[in-house]
Amino acid sequence: MIASIRAELRKATTTRLWWILLILMIGTIAFFAGTFALALTFGDTGTGPDGQALTIAPKDMAITVYTLGVSLGYAFPLAFGAILMTGEFRHRTLATTLLAQPSRGRLVLGKLAAALPFAGLYGAASAATAVAVGAAALGLAGEPTMLDDADVLRSIGLSIVAMAAWMLVGVGFGSVITNQVAAIVTVLGWTQLVEPILRLALGFWEPAAPIARFLPGAAGEALAGGSFYSTTGLSDLLPAWAGLLVLLGYGAVAAGIGWLTTLRRDVT
Amino acid sequence: MDGPRIEVAGLTKRYGDVLAVDAVSFTAEPGRVTGFLGPNGAGKTTTLRSALGLIAPTAGAITFSGRRFSQLPRPAAVVGAHLEPAFHPGRTGRDHLRTLAPLAGVPDSRCDEVLAMVGLADAAGRRVGGYSLGMRQRLGLATALLGDPAALVLDEPANGLDPAGITWMRAFVRSFAARGGTVLLSSHLLAEVEQTVDDVVVIARGRIRHASPLADLHALASPETVLRSPDEAGLRRLVSRWPDALMEDSVTAVIPGTTAAEVGAAAHAAQLEVHGLTERGESLERVFLRMTEEAA
Repeated sequence: MIASIRAELRKATTTRLWWILLILMIGTIAFFAGTFALALTFGDTGTGPDGQALTIAPKDMAITVYTLGVSLGYAFPLAFGAILMTGEFRHRTLATTLLAQPSRGRLVLGKLAAALPFAGLYGAASAATAVAVGAAALGLAGEPTMLDDADVLRSIGLSIVAMAAWMLVGVGFGSVITNQVAAIVTVLGWTQLVEPILRLALGFWEPAAPIARFLPGAAGEALAGGSFYSTTGLSDLLPAWAGLLVLLGYGAVAAGIGWLTTLRRDVT
Repeated sequence: MDGPRIEVAGLTKRYGDVLAVDAVSFTAEPGRVTGFLGPNGAGKTTTLRSALGLIAPTAGAITFSGRRFSQLPRPAAVVGAHLEPAFHPGRTGRDHLRTLAPLAGVPDSRCDEVLAMVGLADAAGRRVGGYSLGMRQRLGLATALLGDPAALVLDEPANGLDPAGITWMRAFVRSFAARGGTVLLSSHLLAEVEQTVDDVVVIARGRIRHASPLADLHALASPETVLRSPDEAGLRRLVSRWPDALMEDSVTAVIPGTTAAEVGAAAHAAQLEVHGLTERGESLERVFLRMTEEAA
């Protein structure tokens, strides 16, 4: 098992993908953290579904900005985790790996374990970027940075866990959709389009609203304790612990499906 | 080196209604190079991948000195395989091997050793995306050698190699077998491996058509007679009695399965003007083609 983890760590570090995606993620989060902080402080926050003006407390605003990676940047750890698996199919290296180590279960576990340090790295980089840029922007706008608030610090810490969990979900997802292009298109389509629309739509339709809390993106935000959607009153979130369970549940179910389908298939 | 005996016993693989491999049995002996020959789509790759645990056969088993691939405690140390030149293009040749070294249970220094063995030492630090097909075939062989195995399973190893590369591959495989190793390699061209293999196993349409030492294949080469005559009409009339006969050009007929004495006597009886009468053995390639075509 240790050999499998070492092999997978080497696979991940010997291509350029890990740092390219990391830089793209940092750039994206920096952009959103800066613009959101300024937009929320200077801009008109609009009205909620009940027509009342939205007001945001400084603490909620800080949490929303500092955990923006979890709201808007989770496609990056998700995609990286997925590519760890789909790359074996894309470049047809799966056979070579299995020739040296024939257990397919060990292969998946090795990839999950090897993803952990990257998951921590992406999580830490995401939080650090959002806090650094967000705090600077809030300070610029004359708002309190709230970095001495225990709840804010807790949310920042949990946002690291949430981003890390997203990468594990990605590994599971990549074992189900092994076509790399299809996997990336699905990741982008779901995270950037389908889930945001679903959450807004479900938020406006009372009976379905609770379902929105169980969507993966909402679960990730629940873990970090803040979200643009909940802060603006558009939808509710689960408790943090439940968010983590739901998120990891998605990853476990995906990995389980992959185990039963992809990894039992013939490698031709 | 103590090569394992590779034994394929009753291997069958069915894809839906298609029987890709049908009760295939043969052995590859240590110290010998066994050529697994057949046209494309004959079932060679399915058989080799089944042997290596990548494909689950419908029935039958492949063993290495009695043990299945999945039962080998450290498979890379028993059998090294090169199935296709598939690598991540962004990795260097050395890094490709380093990702496998922990699984093969060898130190990193072994990576440079095998790169030197296949003549890629100078390209070790270059990304595989820039390798030629011949270099990829060499890297594939280096991958197979990583765990210092006593058996090699190579699927179409000569594909994409230039003549110098084929000569090099041939010498490499021969010396591996000479040291006691077992080599099982596939090819769709007999000519490509004729000087490499000791034993031949011919497969077509999923079934074994022939298995013997290469020398025995020569015995199956039936003689044929070449008859030349300036009288095209007379020549055609004469050879029409042999249904397999064919005209090579307007003055030359090739009559398989006949001797010069037979054809000469017939020409004499027909009072045909003869400018040439030669008996020759059928080429091994023709024997091989005949075997695979009979299946069709």
